[in-house]
Amino acid sequence: MSTTAIQSVPLGRRLKRFMADRPLIPLIILLVILVVILQILRPGIVNERWIANTIKFAIPLAILAGCQTMTMLTGGIDLSVGTVATMSAFIMATQVVNQDPAVAFLLAMMPAVLIGLVNGIGVGVFRVHPLIMTLGTSLIGTGCLQVYQRTVIASGAKIPDFLAWLGTGLTYGVPNALLLFVPLAALIVFTLSRTGFGRLLYAVGDNEHATRLSGVRYWQVISALYVISSVLAGITGLLYIGLIKAPSLSLAEPLVLPSVAAAVIGGTSIFGGRGGYTGTIIGALILTVLTTLLTILQMPEGARRILFGLIVLFVTAAYLRIVEER
Amino acid sequence: MTSTPLLDASGVAKNYGAVAALRNASLSVLPGEVHALMGANGAGKSTLVKILTGAVPASAGRILIRGEARDVRSPAAARRAGLLPVYQEPSLIPDLDVLSNLRLTGTPVEPFRAWVRELGIPDLDIRDTARDIPLAVLRVLDLARALAVEPDVLLLDEMTAALPANLAEKVLEVVRRQGDSGRAVIFISHRFVEISALCDRATVLRDGETVGVVDIVPGVEEKIVELMLGARIVKTHVAARGANQAAATAASRPRLGVRNLRFGTKLNDVSFDLADGEVAGVVALEGQGQDELFAALAGSIRPSAGAIEVDGQPVKFTHPIDAIRAGLAYVPGDRAEALAMQRSVRENIALPFSAALRNWGPINMRRERAKVVSAIERLRIDTRAQGEVQRLSGGNQQKVTIARWIAADARTILCFDPTRGIDVGTKQEIYKLLRELAGNGKSVLFYTSELEEVQRVCDRVIVIFGGRVVDIFPVEEADEPALMRAAYGLPRGAKADIGILADPHSSSPETSDSPGTTP
Ligand SMILES: Nc1ncnc2c1ncn2[C@@H]1O[C@H](COP(=O)(O)OP(=O)(O)O)[C@@H](O)[C@H]1O
Ligand SMILES: [Mg+2]
Repeated sequence: MSTTAIQSVPLGRRLKRFMADRPLIPLIILLVILVVILQILRPGIVNERWIANTIKFAIPLAILAGCQTMTMLTGGIDLSVGTVATMSAFIMATQVVNQDPAVAFLLAMMPAVLIGLVNGIGVGVFRVHPLIMTLGTSLIGTGCLQVYQRTVIASGAKIPDFLAWLGTGLTYGVPNALLLFVPLAALIVFTLSRTGFGRLLYAVGDNEHATRLSGVRYWQVISALYVISSVLAGITGLLYIGLIKAPSLSLAEPLVLPSVAAAVIGGTSIFGGRGGYTGTIIGALILTVLTTLLTILQMPEGARRILFGLIVLFVTAAYLRIVEER
Repeated sequence: MTSTPLLDASGVAKNYGAVAALRNASLSVLPGEVHALMGANGAGKSTLVKILTGAVPASAGRILIRGEARDVRSPAAARRAGLLPVYQEPSLIPDLDVLSNLRLTGTPVEPFRAWVRELGIPDLDIRDTARDIPLAVLRVLDLARALAVEPDVLLLDEMTAALPANLAEKVLEVVRRQGDSGRAVIFISHRFVEISALCDRATVLRDGETVGVVDIVPGVEEKIVELMLGARIVKTHVAARGANQAAATAASRPRLGVRNLRFGTKLNDVSFDLADGEVAGVVALEGQGQDELFAALAGSIRPSAGAIEVDGQPVKFTHPIDAIRAGLAYVPGDRAEALAMQRSVRENIALPFSAALRNWGPINMRRERAKVVSAIERLRIDTRAQGEVQRLSGGNQQKVTIARWIAADARTILCFDPTRGIDVGTKQEIYKLLRELAGNGKSVLFYTSELEEVQRVCDRVIVIFGGRVVDIFPVEEADEPALMRAAYGLPRGAKADIGILADPHSSSPETSDSPGTTP
């Protein structure tokens, strides 16, 4: 006669609940599994140098993914980070030829602030959808950069020593980039969990109307958010040019979609209100290791991308299943 | 009573993580019966309805439909078995118009329209987007949608809670007729007037367990309350009102003055004062401009004419923050409007602290904690599921919306129907809290759709009809019949018979076809 009778809690469910309470654990496990697979495929590849290298490449991705995490918490997204990073890198490399590095830095950060402000006002005041808004400014930015390139074509470009040191250098085997990244990551984590602004990001993404009734001015939060996101992207650009050392007009563009993927894999909901930066950092590491893995498989580029996409989809779906309680 | 029950559930349990929403619930409903399901907030009524209609899976239990074991795994399966719910929260998809919502569930349109008219909404445009429809009407549409497919068992979860008296009456009439035609209705409500007018039997839940099934006979209320609350004591009458004196001394300069306020066609000329230390009630039928009045005072909309004065100074609100700065805090009727559902109790209570730009920096966690904890204790919020507000029961969610402004120490609280769909115990707590606030010199403007609350809480009642203040009563004269008449725009003193709710003191209503008491 019994229709629905479930007795004791089986192990699988208990495990699931454990993971749901600590969403970082499945991510860390996945990361370790990937590293182990790599080691099996290429015994000896996982050494100190490889780790340092992986971290160096994961950092720019992780910072951009931080931009996505913060904007996604409010239910938004920032697709202009690639363009902004490219612009600041390109301007830095070309201006530093004739200018004082400090001046070059300020010039390099100007488009970042400007684009961030335009994004923020577009999304926060005029209520343009963030996807469209940031895609638009991204295209405009790319256009401007092309125009700019013609004006400086004669002067050439150079990578400031400091950026090269920061981007590629090691101190006692530890990447110098961590000097920038560790404080930055700590700041983002702190902002999200322990500051009024961080609280508002979550709350706005969860229920904008409720925040309004509590006295929050949406446009202020959103404008500040997109400016911060853009400035972070600008800084990433400078770091990235130090790492790649070849200024081009599409320097950081390939990082944009992975940065979104890293945030999603890290457990941040694109619908807003849920997520955090620690997960995102691990997400960025996972994607970086995955890229290495696919590279050493020596597949053609196309197949590699297909596989990359499939794995990202699979991981995200599996992760959501584990973490979300039904 | 030998006929097989239409629906017979027993041993139903449901766990949400560590929270046991239901432990051992049973419910048996006979054909032709209107069966009340009662219990304090968090007792598990909504959860039981969701399980019976396949919206959530049970952890354990046995469900028989017409004597046969049926595995109701989805709302669609429940529908095929003849079980149709109206859940506590509106279920139309906000972005679709009504017609598309109907298509989505395969509901026949003509019967739906007929029911909507029958339920007292003559002018519904089914092309309207659900988002733009007021909450009370949405509830009625949910009901009409269920009725349109002629269910054998209709499950109504606090159907009348959000309804003004005129719409609630229609619902009661329709429910009664369902019973008369041999179908069954499971009726969740906290209003004894409705239960006694309508129901044959009641099943009482406490802490997820069925603690009794009683026949509805005159005087059974006491027994039900006893069952619902177990050992806890209820009948604490609201502390005697000592605020009248305070109000009298402060009357020279009112805390809040509303002068000839207008907004579009909804609000035509509303004027009144609110003194420090006073609870002023607002009574109105659905859509008489009370929503707009509260929205204007909360800074959500800008009135088209008239003035608002705070402490004698004229103010203009362009954003809720302006009202909050003036010390006016708004608690909306719909909890979902005020809460970030995925965030914790603490973050929800502390939300106003971070609102202003200058408070965006690091949070003083210890000070915040102290404030939040003291508000939680003052309102006695059940914090077992505090990680996400959406896991709290409705009554506790409502408390969070109020706690926020207690923590922020607002001077004037604008409460819009704060006790809607809340159990007797929590209601008492809220009444007491409002009186306490007034005792501390704060002022409260209190809209309620339950007339009996007026005499428990208010010092004065402002009655609004057609966007105008039609009467202001001292509380001594504000008995339910008088308020009801005023709310319908009838002059004070005139006698008119206005349906079953007009006379709440008789345990069986005058209406002739009432099932009243069970044999
Ligand atoms: N999705 C959920 N997750 C966790 N707990 C829940 C969830 N839904 C309900 N509960 C808990 O189950 C209990 C019963 O809730 P509910 O059925 O809504 O009560 P009622 O309708 O009688 O007020 C409450 O303690 C509530 O906090
Ligand atoms: Mg409920």
